Amino acid sequence: MTQLANASTGVVVEQLRAWNPQAVSEMVEYRGETTIVVPRELLLATAKQCKENPALDFNLLSDATCVDRFPVEPRFELNYHLVSLARRDRLRLRTSVSAQQPVIDSLVPVWLGANWLEREIFDLFGVRFEGHPDLRRILLPEGFEGAPLRRDFPTEGKR
Amino acid sequence: MTTVETAVGTTKTMVLNMGPQHPSTHGVLRVLLELDGENVVTATPDIGYLHTGIEKSCEDKTYSQAITLTDRIDYLNPLGNNLVYCLAVEKLLDLKVPKRAQYIRVMLVELQRISSHLVWLGTHAIDMGAMSVLLYCFREREEILKIFEQFTGQRMMTSYIRIGGVALQPPAGWREPVKRFLDMMPARIDEYEALLTENRIWQGRLKGVGYLSPKTLIALSTTGPGLRAAGVAYDNRKIFPYSSYEEFDFDVPTRTESDCYARYLVRVAEMRESLKIVRQAMDKIADDGPIKAEAPGIVPPQREKMKTEMEALIYHFKIFTEGFSPPAGEAFATVESPRGELGCFIASDGSPKPLRVHFRSPSFINLQALPTMVTGQLIADTVACIGTIDIVLGEVDR
Repeated sequence: MTQLANASTGVVVEQLRAWNPQAVSEMVEYRGETTIVVPRELLLATAKQCKENPALDFNLLSDATCVDRFPVEPRFELNYHLVSLARRDRLRLRTSVSAQQPVIDSLVPVWLGANWLEREIFDLFGVRFEGHPDLRRILLPEGFEGAPLRRDFPTEGKR
Repeated sequence: MTTVETAVGTTKTMVLNMGPQHPSTHGVLRVLLELDGENVVTATPDIGYLHTGIEKSCEDKTYSQAITLTDRIDYLNPLGNNLVYCLAVEKLLDLKVPKRAQYIRVMLVELQRISSHLVWLGTHAIDMGAMSVLLYCFREREEILKIFEQFTGQRMMTSYIRIGGVALQPPAGWREPVKRFLDMMPARIDEYEALLTENRIWQGRLKGVGYLSPKTLIALSTTGPGLRAAGVAYDNRKIFPYSSYEEFDFDVPTRTESDCYARYLVRVAEMRESLKIVRQAMDKIADDGPIKAEAPGIVPPQREKMKTEMEALIYHFKIFTEGFSPPAGEAFATVESPRGELGCFIASDGSPKPLRVHFRSPSFINLQALPTMVTGQLIADTVACIGTIDIVLGEVDR
């Protein structure tokens, strides 16, 4: 079983709190993985800090994905998986957006690789990314109605 | 997916529609190329032709049922997909897999890496005009598929790696074909290299083509041979070891040129390293021992036990009717697939079906680098670039 190197979790949280005390609203450690829950408005700044702070140095965005917690509000939970190549460390950033306002800052200014990942989330969940250079559907045809990975979208049959 | 564009660009440029049926796109990739003469001004990949909603379908299956869907994501690497999915579920369950099963997994996944690189090498050589290499590559791949058939009953859609271990005991006499393959393969790789490595046309088509700096590649989230050809030794097997990879002795081949030729050399060197791992794994696999974890209610009981023990019968019934429920939480497992970092993210809400399954597919993310790679290059080099990114459209579109 994969055990992630997470000895540095304390350092990560400490560094982020020292930078902005509001940045970490919650820290979860589960099955050897560290998740840092970030307030919605601070996501872009925190991501930038994670990348640019030399003590954190999360230079690779491995993955970005969304979980629909319907009917819980705020329902869309965005997970960003970061990797520090130099420190051999992983981190998950998490933030939530509501169904009324499914909008979040794009992380393309921080990691170019967020481009298609965010387009995929936009395509399949209908979450909008502010500041994204090219927010179009990526997998589904342009005329498609609805967001199929939402939990209230049926697996089979008509909507 | 973009609707068909009939625009012809500006007065100086023209738009050329490459794909989705173009043979060098290895499936159904469509690239809109804006050309100035023979030079590419912009390239816009258009994907989604093979989108089958596997992630959505997983939400309607129990944890064990979803394994058959994972085979079909990257159809050149079904065992790798099985593995990453099972690692994620095992992480959610906090399940320990017996060593013997871990070594069997490693051996088969490394054979899979060789078979996937063989398909890549053969098809890429055909793209570059070297017809014969494909036939040699498929000849050797056939031997690997025969080994898979003996182990799993299937050549391609294996579904062999299961939650808590592997599906079946290795077949009687399995060492013989594996050993034969290991003895045969190094000379065969020399053969491919004799045909290609010093070949003037091969070098002319690949050297200096599709360069990207390591910084750009990291910014674009590229992983796998593409990143290692730029000198960044990022390999999950070494950096975040899984399935006992830390016990194996192997190197991570890297180059620094970061062009198509370097990517070719890295993949060939990786095949040789995989052979080393397969040999070690074969020695490590004991002749008998458990292949599944001791986890009643999660791992199906043995047939014999079901005939004598009431609990075993009840567990069997429950696993195959309602499934099992991992505690609520999330897990993200990663493996090094032939194409790069393959990840599986699972969110559980404590019910027998996953709340969300997401695959971080290396093909999808590596393809993002294509526009940057081909801008300013010749149109013929686009084919070389698409080839050396090594995409599998099933995995791009999922």
